[in-house]
Parts: sequence; C-alpha cells; structure tokens
Amino acid sequence: MANVLVLAEISGGKVKKTTHSAVTFARKAAALLGGSYSILALGSDVSAVLGELAALGADKVLVAEAPTLEHYLAEHYAPVVAAAAGSFRVLVATASAFGKDLLPRVAARLDAGYAADVTELLSEGTSLRYKRPMFAGNAFGICRIESAVEVVSVRQSAFTAAEPTGSSSPVERLAVPAAGAGASRIEWVNLEQVKNERPELTEARVVVSGGRALKEQFYELLNPFADVLGAAIGASRAACDNGYCAPDLQVGQTGKVVAPALYFAVGISGAIQHLAGMKSSKIIVAINKDGDAPIFQVADYGLVGDLFKVLPELTTKLRALKDA
Amino acid sequence: MKVLVALKRVADPDNANKVKIPADGSKIDTTGLEWKPNPFDEYALETALRLTENGKTPKVRAGEVVVVTFGPPETETTLRSALATGADRAIRVNATDEQLDGMTVALGLKKLVETEQPDLVLVGKQAVDGDTNQVAQLLAELLDWPQATFAATIREEAGGLVVGREVDDGVLSVRLKFPAVVSVDLRIVAPRSVFSLHTDPAHKYNEGVRFAPLPAIMQARKKPLETKQLADVAPGARAKVTYVSFEAPPKRKAGVKIADVDALLDKLKNEAKAL
Repeated sequence: MANVLVLAEISGGKVKKTTHSAVTFARKAAALLGGSYSILALGSDVSAVLGELAALGADKVLVAEAPTLEHYLAEHYAPVVAAAAGSFRVLVATASAFGKDLLPRVAARLDAGYAADVTELLSEGTSLRYKRPMFAGNAFGICRIESAVEVVSVRQSAFTAAEPTGSSSPVERLAVPAAGAGASRIEWVNLEQVKNERPELTEARVVVSGGRALKEQFYELLNPFADVLGAAIGASRAACDNGYCAPDLQVGQTGKVVAPALYFAVGISGAIQHLAGMKSSKIIVAINKDGDAPIFQVADYGLVGDLFKVLPELTTKLRALKDA
Repeated sequence: MKVLVALKRVADPDNANKVKIPADGSKIDTTGLEWKPNPFDEYALETALRLTENGKTPKVRAGEVVVVTFGPPETETTLRSALATGADRAIRVNATDEQLDGMTVALGLKKLVETEQPDLVLVGKQAVDGDTNQVAQLLAELLDWPQATFAATIREEAGGLVVGREVDDGVLSVRLKFPAVVSVDLRIVAPRSVFSLHTDPAHKYNEGVRFAPLPAIMQARKKPLETKQLADVAPGARAKVTYVSFEAPPKRKAGVKIADVDALLDKLKNEAKAL
C-alpha cells in the first residue's frame, strides 16, 4: 500500500498549525504515489479536535486515546505511532520540537530510515526523493529512504498550511499497545509556557528579530515596532544567550526556521547559524551600524545606522503610514 | 554516576558557507575546512563533567566519564582533547566517514552501552554537518530507555535527573530514572544549568565549556584509549537513507543599501509591496 500517514500535533486541546504543513506534504506525496493520506491523533481525549482533523481531506482519521497519552512523552507515543504507521509507505510530521523528538524514536522502532527537516518533495517514478538542508543550509542533500516505511519530518516554513476541504473523514479508533520499560522511567513534570500574544514565529507574515546590540532594551524597542507591523518577534542566539529575551525566540540553525514575507534583522550581524534560520524569507531588511556585517549580503534592503535612533523613527513613521 | 558521551568532529561550522558542491552534485566538498568538535557534543561533555563533580572541585571526578567517537584514526584528536578536559577513558570505533550514519552510530552505541553499562548517555542534540538530530532518540528506542532531548537544564536527584527541555513554546520538565539518554541544547552550558548531587545549589559555573590546562593535556596522553572495529559493534548495519545528489542553496541576489528611514519605507511600500 502506498499511502501516507500524517501525525497530528495536538497541544493544549488544539491542533497545532504544524499539522497543516505536514498535511500539505502528505497531499503531494499521496498524489505522487497514487495513494491516499490519513491523519493520526493521539491524546487522552482528542474528541475536541476530531472535527477539524476530519475536514482536512484525509482518507481516515485514526485515533488513539489512553490516559498515558495525556501529556506528550516519546516513550508512550512511539509504540502507538509505530503500530499505526506499519501499514503505510510514508509517516510524516512537522520538524517541530514534537516531531524532532518523536519521529527518530518511531523510525528506530520500525527499523526505518528517517529524513529530517525536509524542504522539498521530489520523485523518480513512484519512488520519493527528499530534499533537506545540511551544513546550516549551506548545502542541500537529496535522499531516498530504503525501508518499508519512510519516516519524514518536514520544515514548516517550506510547506504552506493546508486548507480544509470540507470533508468529513471517517474516524477509526486504534488499540493502544503497551509501552516499554523506558516509559516507566519517565514522568512529565510541567511545561513552563512562555506567554505570547503575538503571532507564532513560524507562522507570522512579518518577523522582526533583534540581536545582541539591543541589549536590555530588546523588548522596549522591538515591542512597539512589532505591534505596528502585527509581527512576531525573533532573536539571534547572542540575544537569547545574554538573557535579553526568551530562548524560544531564537531563529537559526538550531532554533526556529522562519520564512515570512518580510523579515527585519535589527542589530544582528548575520552569523551562519542565524542565516540558516531566515535566509528563505521573501524580503529581508537589515539594520546594523556595521556596514560590513554579513547580514547585508543576504538583505534586500540594508540600512546602515544606529538602531537606537533608526528603530524609533521607523516605528513612528510606520505608524503614521498605517494610520494615513 | 557513570556517563557515556558520544562525540563527533565536523567541518568547521563557522565556515560552513565555504563548503562546495561540484557541478555533478556528487558530494559536499569540505576541503580546506578545519575539523572541529561538534559544538553540541562539546556541551554534552561539559554537562557530563558537571554531573560527575562538585562544582567547587572540578578536578575530582565523582563518577566516571567515558567518551566515544566513531571514525578514522585521526578522530583520536577529538578524544584526546576530551580526556584532557576531564574525561576518564576513551573509545574509538574505527570506521570511515562514509560508513557512518545516525542509525549505524546508534547501533554501535547500543553495543557499547551493553558493555559499559553507564547510568546516562549524553550526546549533543544534533551534529551541525548533517543537521539530522536523531542519535539520542534512536539509541533510546534501541535500548528501551527514557529520553530527554534538547536539554537546557539538568538537576540530579537520587537515582535520576530532572531535565528541562527546550520546546517550541517554553521549557518542558521531565523526571527520568537511570539509565537514560539525554541530548543537550545550547543553553545547557549556562552558569546555573547543571547541578549534580555534589554541587552546592548556589554554585555558579563559568559560562560555556571549560578548557584543558596544559598539564592536563600532557596527562591525557596516558589516559586509556581503546579501539574497536565498527564491524564488531554494529555488525550488518546498513544506511537506510541514501543521498542521491547534493545541491548548493539558491543564491540571494545582492540587495541595496538604503540611505534613511524614509527611503526604506518608500522601497518597502512601492518596490517590494511588502507593507
């Protein structure tokens, strides 16, 4: 059977948008394979999200519910996902913290190959090829997976979120297999969630990122600027490491990868690791006092200047423009 | 506590933009780039050292740190420098770079774990060449051990660890009982990220990883370094992911420098139509 299984990411009783990117991949893969795609949802009670998942045009929505699946833990989730994926050609989820943590574990259980952070789906006949970034995005490898099930995580910014089709896919309940010994040695303690009223970094149309140069004025300067643009706020590693902002704002090779329509790099020099996380943005604007900073090599528009002067001016003038 | 740390060397990550792809797309050519330790693996080693000491007396190990690498003889440099930094013993699994992928390494580590029986396996969350982020998770499943990936904080308690994992929307804490596999993220080397049972909770480490003093570099030459063969630790391992070809990333066209805020707004509004 050449069908595709999408692993849904559900958090706080909601379907995360990452799921919709994986569905986009699945639609393409199913079309290339001449098969269909299904969606798998795990949790202690996923009834609240079934309607949304069933509307995404899947052949089936597979559901595994158990008290042990209330909080995500790879040790409990991997056996369920592996059992469900066994009859599919491809298992896909988005390369979020969830997908990156879980999929390799599932792949090991299935004795399957795993392609991480895939940005493009290609094919040769009915055999799939996966393009994925390596060396901080300075090279791309095109690979094939030689195992009965092919396990793939996809980069969210490379696959636009799938729209609902208005379908109402049938729901099929799965038995939850017993977890292994490893599961008895791990316990979910708590999630210290960062409160964020802004758009999700990985989904925003506009991202404004700040670097070390902003110092303690990181939020003071970026908040009003982001407000006027309705933008998400990102950061360089240096800004996060110095404690000027929350670590979950980090954009880069090992942080979040974004590709918004408009990206502002403010006081960011443009280390290779940062570029890896934002180089695919449509329009890049760099503001930096060092005219030789590497960020200017990828920026469409570069403004050499003192950000402590430029940013307030830009914010004020943007607001005037929006209000006009 | 006994900790096994897996280390990899990578082509200089700060010059990763200098890798070349030949016209036929047959490989990623890293010629001219120096070998460096994978940064995340250096953090894993630092974490192992912090977990096996009292932070006030970092020269005394309370436990054992065994470092492992897979690769040709020249990768022993990576192991010797880990020994100089404070690891007790080293194992090199002899292999060519071409023979190795994540699954092969995980299978080999599983075999070593069965012999060494550590309480904890520590690795970096990803090697910054392949950028796959998988060995910890693969190994944990092969061993049926619990895993905590992307660790930003670790606090030892009796028989296990509380690990703060960096996830997309914050920090997720999990409690693990030994034996377990942990992969570390960037901020694990912050001054107050890792506490062993021996370290005063008020202790502050220096930011980053420690460096080996010169006498330790000399002494490291006498520390045990054992060699094993890949065929013995991962018999029959075969890569399930095969690279067909490689490509350079699309080049962004060089942009323009803008004189002032008014000109920038004009460009964004009228040329890029991005506002």
